[in-house]
Amino acid sequence: MQCRLSKMQAGERKNMKTFRILAAGLVGLAFAGLAHAAGGSKHPHGPEGGWPFEGVTGQYDKASVQRGYQVYKQVCSSCHGMKLLSYRNLGEPGGPFYDPAYPNPNDNPFVKALAAENEVMNAEPNDAGEYDFRPAMPADRFRSPFPNDAAARAANGGALPPDLSVMVKARHYGADYVYSLMTGYPEPALFEDREVQENGETLYQKVLDVSKFEKLGHYRPEHTAYLVQPAGQYYNPYMAGDTTPNYEGDPRHAPPGGFLAMAPQLTDGRVEYTDGTEATVSQMAYDVSQFLAWASEPKLEARKRTGLATMAFLLILTTLLWFSYKQIWRKVEH
Amino acid sequence: MSGHESKYTPNSAFERWLDTRLPIIRFANDTMITFPTPKNLNYWYIFGAILAVCLVIQIVTGVILAMHYEASVDGAFASVERIMRDVPYGWLLRYIHANGASMFFLAVYLHMFRGLYYGSYKAPREVLWIIGCVIYLLMMATAFLGYMLPWGQMSYHGSNVITGLFGAIPLVGESIQTWLMGGPSIGNQTLQRFFSLHYLLPFMIAAAVALHVWALHVPGNTNPTGVEVKDIEKDTVPFHPYYTVKDAFGVVIFLIMFAVFVFYAPGVLGHADNYIEANALVTPAHIVPEWYLLPFYAILRAITFDLGPIDAKLLGVIFMFAAIAVLFVLPWLDTSKVKSMRYRPVARQFFFGFVVVCFLLGWCGAANPDDAVIPALQGNPSLVVSYTVDGAPATNTYKGGDEVFEQAKAFMASLPAGTNPSLAAVPAPTFAFRHLSLILTFLYFGYFAALFFIGLTEKPKALPESIHKSVLKRKPKETGNAVPAE
Repeated sequence: MQCRLSKMQAGERKNMKTFRILAAGLVGLAFAGLAHAAGGSKHPHGPEGGWPFEGVTGQYDKASVQRGYQVYKQVCSSCHGMKLLSYRNLGEPGGPFYDPAYPNPNDNPFVKALAAENEVMNAEPNDAGEYDFRPAMPADRFRSPFPNDAAARAANGGALPPDLSVMVKARHYGADYVYSLMTGYPEPALFEDREVQENGETLYQKVLDVSKFEKLGHYRPEHTAYLVQPAGQYYNPYMAGDTTPNYEGDPRHAPPGGFLAMAPQLTDGRVEYTDGTEATVSQMAYDVSQFLAWASEPKLEARKRTGLATMAFLLILTTLLWFSYKQIWRKVEH
Repeated sequence: MSGHESKYTPNSAFERWLDTRLPIIRFANDTMITFPTPKNLNYWYIFGAILAVCLVIQIVTGVILAMHYEASVDGAFASVERIMRDVPYGWLLRYIHANGASMFFLAVYLHMFRGLYYGSYKAPREVLWIIGCVIYLLMMATAFLGYMLPWGQMSYHGSNVITGLFGAIPLVGESIQTWLMGGPSIGNQTLQRFFSLHYLLPFMIAAAVALHVWALHVPGNTNPTGVEVKDIEKDTVPFHPYYTVKDAFGVVIFLIMFAVFVFYAPGVLGHADNYIEANALVTPAHIVPEWYLLPFYAILRAITFDLGPIDAKLLGVIFMFAAIAVLFVLPWLDTSKVKSMRYRPVARQFFFGFVVVCFLLGWCGAANPDDAVIPALQGNPSLVVSYTVDGAPATNTYKGGDEVFEQAKAFMASLPAGTNPSLAAVPAPTFAFRHLSLILTFLYFGYFAALFFIGLTEKPKALPESIHKSVLKRKPKETGNAVPAE
């Protein structure tokens, strides 16, 4: 009886779950509509001059991808993993540290050195049955900053930093989105600290006067209107979300974007580039976006090369078939 | 035409020996070499060959991908990326397979519209048409199952929506849904059975294609005039080399377009969310199927009202399946004896309207049902203050420009404590996509109803006496390869 009851409950739960998922989908759609009415998120933009990997013959700028790896290593990798990548990928054809002298990237001393900068846990236990830490080898996966998702959440105020392996393919507008997000935060100086009395408690709030946030362009209200940043959350106009509940101005003109748990990471000079490039915010955002674009689509150059040869072949074949067709049908009235 | 005399003569001792035991060479010769084909087929008739190529491409790339794919909730997403990164030319295989599905549907839609325009579904080709509809259903099932396999967010939540559709069926729906999912919810067992079926169905498609070709070869091809072959000598040419070369030319043009997608825009037909690993706890803001299912998705969502005992969800499901089912009975819905729309001045207009309706339904399927079809016509949102009076909810609505925000604020400030006022923007009512979808849904079905009545009253234009005569009537400079919308 107990068992049957729990089965029925499970069945009901399942029903409810299906219904909830369907309903959530529909409600989500409705809300997306509302959010859209209130502004949605700002349309991402790429760097001036676009990306070198766009277009029919576009390729990655190797120096930029190398710098982007440095930004990832020194800034992003403390929270974000890239579990689908191995250090050897850096030295494979099309990769930022590819050296034709080492067709096998595992032999590439530079890649070996980059890998060895990271300590990883051995996958096999030692003679005592314990797992040792050792410097990574090119064959190892990128080191994960946290042993598991729960640890990652615990260290980041409940938010899970997403894996960046395919990030550029996992967002609309790809590299443009990453670039816009990294450069899109309001300057810290625009925020004001405020104390609010609520239910007898004093709340300390960080608020942004949206009318002073010039990067918003035509979304910027004329008069002072505050956006209250929730604790542990940061406003970004390119983040998907809804600012209406946190906006004190007219909800019909709530600023675009949403809140995310990642504080602005890039500040001028945060990274000291080994190639001497000046590390401005936009430079670092450009480099790391391009690095992530390469990580998401490492075979892009091979793909475009193969595409060119395929197109040439198909065009020649088309021409031959067209003349064969004309030749064969020349005597048939049709 | 299977009735045509076999022109095959076995040339070697082995061929003679085989011909009396298994006349397979004779069969191939009769169906692919000497098969008499109307000489006036235009380029709309090349999609059969293109579809055969698509099926072979999908099966060949799919079999190789299956060698590297791991059907488990823990490994599926990573194994797809491993194919992209570490399998030699794995990126090429996967992009061909993923875009190949879209190309397959593009070709099948053009093939079906061709059939609708030239009346290819009419006697004596009803069975041929129905087998084609079965193939189309199998294709949709295969595509849906395959979209699950990368185990991305759209895979998971899309599958949830589709399996949920079966749950709407009264009495048996829940059981069917559980049976499809292999358990109370989508999980590892679902992924494994979807993978198994995704591997199986293409071979069922291949078998149905064999029947389709067989059913084609009994009555023979239709042609743009809709007039049946009367004199094989004058009206037809042998399939080879005339149509092998023409089809080959069409196939290569199609492959060029295919290659543009594979090499230069491999992700443009997909959805970014599917590069996020499936997570049951996070529902994407906007669940959409692949483009080729969008018109049916629009019909599903168009129904937002209950009809007697039938609730909106079930009614949506019924309409969606009816949109496909109506194709099966089309040969008996269309009452006109004239096949080709060339000679049906009224029905022809309706056909083009139907094509537009299908495109618009696709547009609606991709859009947010509550969004304005024409945003410029939507008025300003109004401000609504919600509060409670003695525990009962109350609202106060403000319409106007920026000044009403101050009024609403003042009103909120004037409310006594404990009324919990909150302020929200409510979009102005407008002609939204859900309204458009509903209209288009009725127009979709209306086309089939219209064919019934038009056929009874329409006065068709004079048909040519024969294919041969229709060809000769033209001026020599005309090639006869004109598109139907000439």
